[in-house]
Amino acid sequence: MSAAVTPDRPEPVPGGSAGRLRALLDSIRALTGDDAYERYLQRHQATHPEQAVLSPAEFYAAEIERRYSGVTRCC
Amino acid sequence: MSLVWVLIALAGAFSLAQVAVFRGETVNAAWLLAAAVCIYLLAYRFYSAWIAAKVLMIDSTRATPAERFDNNRDYVPTHRWVVFGHHFAAIAGPGPLIGPTLAAQFGYLPGTLWILVGGVLGGAVQDMVVLFLSTRRDGKSIGQMARDELGRIGGAAALVGTFMIMLILIAVLGLVVVNAMKHSPWATSTVAATIPIALFIGVYLRYVRPGRVLEGSLIGVGLLLLAVGGGGWVASHDTLAVYFDHGPVPLAWALIVYGFAAAVVPVWLLLAPRDYLSTFVKLGTVFLLAFAIAVLRPDIQMPAITPFIDGSGPIFGGSVFPFVFITIACGAISGFHSLIASGTTPKLLMNERDIRMVGYGSMLLESLVAIMAMIAATVLDPGVFFAINSPAGVVGAELTQAVATISNWGFPVTAERMEQLASEMGESTLLSRTGGAPSLAVGMASIFSAAFGGGLLALWYHFAIMFEAVFILTTLDAGTRVGRFMLQDLLGNVVPALGRTSWYPSVLLCSALVVAGWGYFLYIGVIDPNGGVNILWPLFGISNQMLAGIALAVATGILVRSGRGWYALVTGAPLAWIAFITTWASMEKVFSSDPRVGFLAAAQRMRDQLAEAALPPEQLKVLPQLIFNQQLDAVLTLFFVAVLWTVIGAMLVAVLRHNGGRSTRPLAESPYVRSRYAGPA
Repeated sequence: MSAAVTPDRPEPVPGGSAGRLRALLDSIRALTGDDAYERYLQRHQATHPEQAVLSPAEFYAAEIERRYSGVTRCC
Repeated sequence: MSLVWVLIALAGAFSLAQVAVFRGETVNAAWLLAAAVCIYLLAYRFYSAWIAAKVLMIDSTRATPAERFDNNRDYVPTHRWVVFGHHFAAIAGPGPLIGPTLAAQFGYLPGTLWILVGGVLGGAVQDMVVLFLSTRRDGKSIGQMARDELGRIGGAAALVGTFMIMLILIAVLGLVVVNAMKHSPWATSTVAATIPIALFIGVYLRYVRPGRVLEGSLIGVGLLLLAVGGGGWVASHDTLAVYFDHGPVPLAWALIVYGFAAAVVPVWLLLAPRDYLSTFVKLGTVFLLAFAIAVLRPDIQMPAITPFIDGSGPIFGGSVFPFVFITIACGAISGFHSLIASGTTPKLLMNERDIRMVGYGSMLLESLVAIMAMIAATVLDPGVFFAINSPAGVVGAELTQAVATISNWGFPVTAERMEQLASEMGESTLLSRTGGAPSLAVGMASIFSAAFGGGLLALWYHFAIMFEAVFILTTLDAGTRVGRFMLQDLLGNVVPALGRTSWYPSVLLCSALVVAGWGYFLYIGVIDPNGGVNILWPLFGISNQMLAGIALAVATGILVRSGRGWYALVTGAPLAWIAFITTWASMEKVFSSDPRVGFLAAAQRMRDQLAEAALPPEQLKVLPQLIFNQQLDAVLTLFFVAVLWTVIGAMLVAVLRHNGGRSTRPLAESPYVRSRYAGPA
């Protein structure tokens, strides 16, 4: 149980090179998983907004626990 | 568009002809890279598209498990590039770097052809089909699918087989790191420094800036680079260097203690940050290497085929048939991938269409990594390559004696050359640093240093060692943990309390058992005078191919029973080849009369040596242990073969019953649900 923290939501994408840079940064953040918490919040709002929201730290801890409970890496 | 593909086909054929047919004095590595890339493009564009459309009959209107069970936790519809990134990061380990390096003793051609053909027709197909089957079955694991499809014996075989592979894999990877670190204060201190760096990043990502993976990883990579430079300072420091200068046995013990500690601390503290760092370092280095090879276009020094295809090779005993096929598992076909393709990945796929790119595509990228490892190994002077990779038990421990032996094989090398190379790389010696990592590092250092100018060979060498060590240790941490889960699962059937994965006494006990398991093989590998690589790597290859056989058998059974008819050969043909070649290799490993190949012959020769007291006392002392180990390896190998054929037999029974019109188990495919992402019907 903790206060919801508003993530830095991506601005509407402007055109031109600034927009392209923004889009590139967003893709990199998607690949590294940096935007995982934002996506979690968005989806949480969309599905069951009445339930309590995890804080970034709680969400990260739960994510790590989930991701490393199976086979995570090969040879 | 079709003109582009004709051009790619022509370019590929021309490059391959340069590599395989018109071999002049030397072949340029760029041809190898170009041939590989063209083959991958064609295979992806045509073969994988055909499999997706005709064999698997992928249906983009069908909802995936991620959509149907979307819970914002395990099941999350995710963009295909992100799934691709996660899947590739999970399947790409150190395997494709080591196998090709060892197989280069046959020359560059046999290994390269197997990587290309095996990757395109075997490994990538396996990964894609397993991913498809698991997606159609709510993301079930390959073990569960084996149980559903082939009964309890098949399921149990998959589980026990996986556990054994894990132990052998970790042992052989541990051995590779130990060989890179032995009596090298620079390598040892750099590798040691990766531990506090990972801990720091772990704390940073958990408490300081939760979830900021990108910046955390960039800071970590910066610190790793500092550690590479710092290692050079430590090695040149008179008192500090002594603390990091150790022989193989103490290093093996240190690794065992580390492995246990890493398995029992929380994941966020060590494993997760290490995983992030190794993924970053690996991707960066692989792209850097591809770029450097393209810029530098080095000539390949190794002949296409060496005399060692007859089985007399110094790195491992055994002829090119069948041993190139089990030496290179990862990069051509790796059974292990079936665990990932039926684990997290199917629970993230947004649409069935993405199966082709994620399953087939990421295996092609892994195969390309193997090709680059082959290039890095074969641009080295062959004499140097064999001096680094041949164990002391084969070429002798004295430098002059070793270079004389290797020169006699027709690969001239001098003591001065080896001494000069070692000092350029900042090492006291490079002789008999077996396991593949050091020779890969020398190859990479030469390529980087020449491509980017400025010398700095020693820095590049230790950067490459750090790069390999970081993700070998990640696999070691992750593998120990996975092994622990499996063991807890298994023991939980007997003592329910042990099955509770978070009960700390059970965590400690099961982690200790897993570490003891791989620690045993690591220790034996370290004390073996022929270098344990000769034993452990083939054992790993056989077990990994056995798992590939299980995955392909499950897939073939399901394809036949879902009425795909002859199309089931897309997995059936690789299965037949893997079963044939793995069984052949296993029989040679157990029963060959050559003690460098056959486990039983080796045990017999050691018994003779023991009886005649034909060796120095310190070597005689360890002989009983080595004899026991050779026999254990023989039993293990036979066990793997038995498991493989049990599974194949169960599959054939199911297929024959189906074709005979008799009742078989129902297909466990989940019912069709229309996808929200499918658009209007």
